[in-house]
Amino acid sequence: MNKYPGWLNAVVLVILLAGCLLALPNMYGSVPAVQIADNNGAAFDDVRLQEYVEVVEGIGVTPEAAYLQDGRAVLRFEEDVDLAAVGEGLKDRYGRVASIAQTLAPKLPDWVRELGLSPMSLGLDLRGGVYVLLEVDMDQAVLSRLQTYEQDFSDRLRSARVRHRVELDDRLIRIRLTSSNDIEAARDAVQTADPDLLIVDGVDGKSLVVRMSEAQIKARRDFAIDQNVTTLRSRVNQLGVAEPLVQRQGEDRIVLQLPGVDDPNKISEIITATATIEFRMVDLSGDEPGSRRYQGRGDEPSVILKRRVVASGDQIIDASAGFNEGKPIVSIKLDGAGGESMLETTMNNLKKPMATVFIESHREQIRVGDELQYREYKTEEVVSTATIQGVFKNNFQISGLSPGEAGDLALLLRAGALAAPVYMIDERTIGPSLGQDNIDRGFNAIKIGFLAVIVFMAIYYRAFGMIANLALLSNLVFITALLSLLQASLTLPGIAGIVLTVGMAVDANVLIFERIREEIAAGQSPQIAIHTGYEKALSSIVDANITTLIAAIVLFAVGTGPIKGFAVTLALGIITSMFTAIVGTRTVVNLAFGGRKLSSLPV
Amino acid sequence: MRLIREKTNINFLGPARRKIALAVSLLLVVASFISLATRGLEFGIDFTGGILLEVGYQQAADVQEIRGDLARDGYLDVQVQRFGADEVVLVRLPPQEGDGDEIRERLRATLESGGEQIDLRRVEFVSPQVGSELAESGALAMVVALMLIFVYVMIRFQWKFSAGAVAALAHDAIVTVGFFSIFGFPFDLTVVAAVLAVIGYSLNDTVVAFDRIRENFFALRGISAEEAMNISINEMLARTLITGLTTLLVLAALLVLGGESIAPFSIALIVGIIVGTYSSIYTASATALALDVNAQDLIEPIKDPSLIDDLP
Repeated sequence: MNKYPGWLNAVVLVILLAGCLLALPNMYGSVPAVQIADNNGAAFDDVRLQEYVEVVEGIGVTPEAAYLQDGRAVLRFEEDVDLAAVGEGLKDRYGRVASIAQTLAPKLPDWVRELGLSPMSLGLDLRGGVYVLLEVDMDQAVLSRLQTYEQDFSDRLRSARVRHRVELDDRLIRIRLTSSNDIEAARDAVQTADPDLLIVDGVDGKSLVVRMSEAQIKARRDFAIDQNVTTLRSRVNQLGVAEPLVQRQGEDRIVLQLPGVDDPNKISEIITATATIEFRMVDLSGDEPGSRRYQGRGDEPSVILKRRVVASGDQIIDASAGFNEGKPIVSIKLDGAGGESMLETTMNNLKKPMATVFIESHREQIRVGDELQYREYKTEEVVSTATIQGVFKNNFQISGLSPGEAGDLALLLRAGALAAPVYMIDERTIGPSLGQDNIDRGFNAIKIGFLAVIVFMAIYYRAFGMIANLALLSNLVFITALLSLLQASLTLPGIAGIVLTVGMAVDANVLIFERIREEIAAGQSPQIAIHTGYEKALSSIVDANITTLIAAIVLFAVGTGPIKGFAVTLALGIITSMFTAIVGTRTVVNLAFGGRKLSSLPV
Repeated sequence: MRLIREKTNINFLGPARRKIALAVSLLLVVASFISLATRGLEFGIDFTGGILLEVGYQQAADVQEIRGDLARDGYLDVQVQRFGADEVVLVRLPPQEGDGDEIRERLRATLESGGEQIDLRRVEFVSPQVGSELAESGALAMVVALMLIFVYVMIRFQWKFSAGAVAALAHDAIVTVGFFSIFGFPFDLTVVAAVLAVIGYSLNDTVVAFDRIRENFFALRGISAEEAMNISINEMLARTLITGLTTLLVLAALLVLGGESIAPFSIALIVGIIVGTYSSIYTASATALALDVNAQDLIEPIKDPSLIDDLP
């Protein structure tokens, strides 16, 4: 009795080995590294990787390893490398097309990396960094849309020769007419501008009240937050931060996480930076007065463009990528003034090329002597050139792009300004020194707590205690393995969860061992005592663990930030400890004591 | 080795003892409520909103001087205290006008006005709005957890046990939070997490005791509910104490070594586990007894053991 079949022993062994393998990447330290990511999110190939290596070697530094990871290039260096010099060297060459981040990379052997294994990721409180919660001003997003309508109505009524006054009043637009005869003309103008608008006749018979429908307001709000996320993400990518996070949270919030950034000024830079778009005609002769040459973005060639701006970003109401007859296109919607200008230009320039220029204003902090100063500068790049195929006005499409290019262009067109202002409502900066302190302290607490429990168990339950200790150790391995596998960030409260699990995980074994002692005291033979002990303790263990798991799941579902980190490790710890404490110890107990004649048990 | 004698026969639940336990529990809960009503809690900025700086100095920081500097520059209602080491100071301020960078640089100027070099180890700005949301979600988490647990115990046992378990858990949560109020320890988000972990732990204890009570109701037919419970608690006593002890061991390590920012969390768990161990012996069983629990109540679930074993 008390023999597991061979296959079951094998399964337990395989699970244990898998856990060890998954946890393995955490055994290697980290070394300085540079991470290069394409600004447009394109994946690099080995040729590009080799190119980067050569550039770095040109500076006189040899990477210790160079590889591709998720389409990004990673160059790893020895501990004493001048990482800043490497970063600058790469930035000089590729700064405009790629984001170059100085970071730390785990020093994994190639075979571990090629298996797709990676160590646990550390939360901001452990590695240092900035966390920001932004609130998007949704009222402003809707208001700015109404302002565009207001302008648009005015333009349309003027061209229809209707005498009018347009007023923006809280959440509605009021159109006052001089004569009640014009009411149909005014209604037409509004309906052509946007058929989804809600129009109500004024009581005086010569005014209209226009409102956005619920669906329009919701669409506008979604558009505003999505565009803000897109804009912020593209700006963050240019910062050169490894593994940044920009994510919508709920109705009107955006979370930014920038690991390793300890200069919170960067955040302001991101939020205050502005960008815009201009449409200009290409100067084919190349010598018109005021024309000048513009750099191309990425692989775009540079072109000479005329001085006059056909339309600019503040006139773009919406831009989206899509398909027309199976070909990728970008649809653009301009406001009234932009449409007029576009109409005039396209009438006179059929079959001629027009370029889209992306202009970004930056503000950066520079050191002048002893003083920190802000310097503003602009980058202007041509993102696409297309031939005018017909006469158009407010609504037009740019075609002749690859699907990827269409997506990028739509993104850039919208990445102009933030669709609505954002406010920081929660900002947390953790300096790198505190992060390291937290790691050291956390792991120390785990080590000492673990040792204390191990010593206690060994003394109290002797051989069985040692078996429980094996289970406890493999439990730590499994928690590490799962955290690495799920890539859930480990935080300080997360470490606290692990510590708590270490204390509670022995509970199952205590329940079993106490039960075995009871059975022996009741006169049962050792083999039967083992069997009954495990069997009878099982329902208590399962009940007890499930209730704690309920608490952990509630914490995870309702909690934010630090609470979530704690809930994750607690829940994982409960699950893995059930396996190690019940199945794991039983396997070892069976191997050690099963099927033999015993006169007593070392419990 | 044994912590306690092999077979104990302590009368935990005799009527006189139960009265004492009830008095003690009531006293703890009432004291907690009085303190919560009069002194309230030292809410961290997680809940109140505001600004928190963890400042590292080159040498031991002069807290008085820092307070003076801040007051001189017009910062009111400021808290300054040592944090772990002599060189590290925690500064807490109410929300300020202006954007983050501006405030941070102004504060840095104030703190460095004496010529010191400082290291801003941690800077947190939390708006009062976010704070009240976090407080709400924390309270919601507790209520939801208690409700789910009530339902789970009801399914596995019976409503009288559920009532006993939830009474014990509410007791533990209230006394732990009350402890923070009475001693004025900082109450932040991690403490909420700790209180929920206490609920989980204490329940663990309670359920293990209930499990044994159910078994004994069944095995020792014909004895009173009080006797069955007493026997069960005695049988589980060694386990209750050992698990409590190992958990307290690791928490002591966390309290001593884990650093200042995790200390409130460790304290909450230590208090909660001590109270939780007491309550799973007294409050849970006494409540079930007060509701006149008996073996009949449990016959239904035992009739179909396959159903029980199939539960997750």
